[in-house]
Amino acid sequence: MFRRNGRQCVATFAIDEVRVLRKVAGEVVGLLTDAFEHGDPVVDRLFPDIYPERPDDSAEFRRYTEGDLKTGKIDQAGAILAALPDDGPGEVRLDAETAEAWLRAINDARLAMGTRLDIQADTDLGEELDDAVLHDPASSRVFQLSVYAYLGYLQESLLNALPEID
Amino acid sequence: MAFPQVAPVETPQIEESPSDDRPWVTIVWDDPVNLMSYVTWVFQKLFGYSHDKAEQLMMDVHNKGRAVVSTGARERMEMDASQLHGYGLWATVDRA
Repeated sequence: MFRRNGRQCVATFAIDEVRVLRKVAGEVVGLLTDAFEHGDPVVDRLFPDIYPERPDDSAEFRRYTEGDLKTGKIDQAGAILAALPDDGPGEVRLDAETAEAWLRAINDARLAMGTRLDIQADTDLGEELDDAVLHDPASSRVFQLSVYAYLGYLQESLLNALPEID
Repeated sequence: MAFPQVAPVETPQIEESPSDDRPWVTIVWDDPVNLMSYVTWVFQKLFGYSHDKAEQLMMDVHNKGRAVVSTGARERMEMDASQLHGYGLWATVDRA
């Protein structure tokens, strides 16, 4: 988890955390490049219609802005990959700008996972995880829910470690 | 109430054009994933709102399901919504 150190946000990650973060950031990049497809609920959530009642206006706006938005999201996921140790435990130190990219990228990853896991406003994550463990402790749903919960804590810790906004 | 029986007059179509000076709004919708603290931070960061104002706005989104976060010219609202999408907030644009 992140803590403040001077003007930087600092965290020490175990090898499993490094691997998980690399995996989720890589998956976001994959989703925004090779696997990019409108109609995929995750893509629709990351790139919402700006005019829900006016499909033509939405499409036109999308034509002009989607490329930049996509590039921005790929870059912010890339900021996670660039700051992490290659493969092993290690310390990550983020300046304010990189911390912002991390926050945005963690959020994209949570949106993607939350959409796939069908997280709703009244979802109790602890209960959801208990149910999944009872059903099959080795299931991918247990892993996904654990990572989703972990990313929430990590994002919150980074928000708390940020220097105050002037 | 009755209308006089006369040939219908063609109603002039009022085109919605960019010169229409009614303002537009950017709306942020509630969603089950974004952290409350993150949404507050985004409003501070993007709009320069104080922490108190940003937090109030976030609570409006949370409690009412949606809130108007900015008001102005259409192009400006489109830019705001697009930036909010960059942060992962669910934003749309509409007439005020």
